[in-house]
Amino acid sequence: MGRPPAEPDVGCLSESDDWPLWEVFLRGRRGLAHQHVGSLHAPDPELALQNARDLYTRRGEGVSIWVVRSTEVHASDPDDQGPLFDPPADKAYRHPTFYKVPEDLQL
Amino acid sequence: MSPTYSEESRELAFQEAIDSDRTVEPRDWMPERYRSTMIRQIAQHAHSEIIGMQPEGNWITRAPSLRRKAILLAKVQDEAGHGLYLYAAAETLGVERRELTDLLIAGRQKYSSIFNYPTLTWADVGAIGWLVDGAAITNQLALTKTSYGPYARAMVRICREESFHQRQGFELLAELSRGTKAQHEMAQDAVNRWWWPSLMMFGPPDTESPNTAQSMAWKIKRVSNDDLRQRFVDMTVPQAQALRLELPDPDLRWNEARGHFDFGPIDWEEFRQVVGGHGPCNQQRISVRRAADEEGAWVREAARAWEGRQQSRTSAA
Ligand SMILES: [Fe+2]
Ligand SMILES: [Fe+2]
Repeated sequence: MGRPPAEPDVGCLSESDDWPLWEVFLRGRRGLAHQHVGSLHAPDPELALQNARDLYTRRGEGVSIWVVRSTEVHASDPDDQGPLFDPPADKAYRHPTFYKVPEDLQL
Repeated sequence: MSPTYSEESRELAFQEAIDSDRTVEPRDWMPERYRSTMIRQIAQHAHSEIIGMQPEGNWITRAPSLRRKAILLAKVQDEAGHGLYLYAAAETLGVERRELTDLLIAGRQKYSSIFNYPTLTWADVGAIGWLVDGAAITNQLALTKTSYGPYARAMVRICREESFHQRQGFELLAELSRGTKAQHEMAQDAVNRWWWPSLMMFGPPDTESPNTAQSMAWKIKRVSNDDLRQRFVDMTVPQAQALRLELPDPDLRWNEARGHFDFGPIDWEEFRQVVGGHGPCNQQRISVRRAADEEGAWVREAARAWEGRQQSRTSAA
């Protein structure tokens, strides 16, 4: 049980005799992007899609499913969070609230 | 991953993050004990969902109407889904579902002791939905705020699905309770048998629950066993009245000063017996699970072989 943890939200990447792991993405309704909902085991893409249908859409939660092999997901390192995501913090001018405009104008 | 951080300072930083309500995500550094506690708890929860299909599954072929059969099928299928969401959450911590299944079958990981009781009559399906799912919801609602992200997210999803489980049980019992005298008695008998084991589902009293303090500090657990149990009792008593069924506890009464219902002592010796493997159905539950695993092995193998063949065909073409 001491194996290093896997990708964010992505299950264990080593594979035993169990079927490989897939990440499941659902489009809730037309007009929305696919969103990650969880993972499951399946031997191939077809069965992964069918299992995802049974497991994640029993109540009409989706109109479209993507499945992606978990090993194909590459993720940023949580320890790099600072260097990766802090730089915009001092760039307030990227936000509209940075600018002073007359209050009575629609701008 | 700076090696200059000592284990101790990492643990302090981890606790600070937890204290400020930061969710722990899979690739974050975490103390080994947090990881192993989380794996054990999620696995035990997943096993409970999977084993929990057996007592109710027992009645699918004998449901008294097509409507009831469809409902029960849907409920049991949901429980399978809950088990799978939870195994997936456990796998983000670096274990494999296969290992967890092996540990369950070997009797080295536990599941909720409630599922070691038999379902003797159709009314038991109602009592399980109303009381057992009711207790599970009380527990799971608190867990939607647990500190480990994938577990909390699985709980949100599960809670959304659970409410129909409790309602269908309540409705089933209400029908029986208002039916013939024999039906009413069957409903009462089921409630008599399931009430105390349902109270035990929240685990030993806080005074005898040694891991609670650490689990609370890590926000794995957000509400103590006794507080959850009290919540469940307070919620259930008026429902029993609406059902016109008695809860089998002569000490059960409203305590104005506390603002809660008082209830009688729980037989913790029975709990220890059942957890220790001596409940009425422990052997049966595990042997059914093992048989399903063994008898399904060829399907898993065949599907893998088929996929292997497809792969080599594509690469040859
Ligand atoms: Fe469940
Ligand atoms: Fe349930």
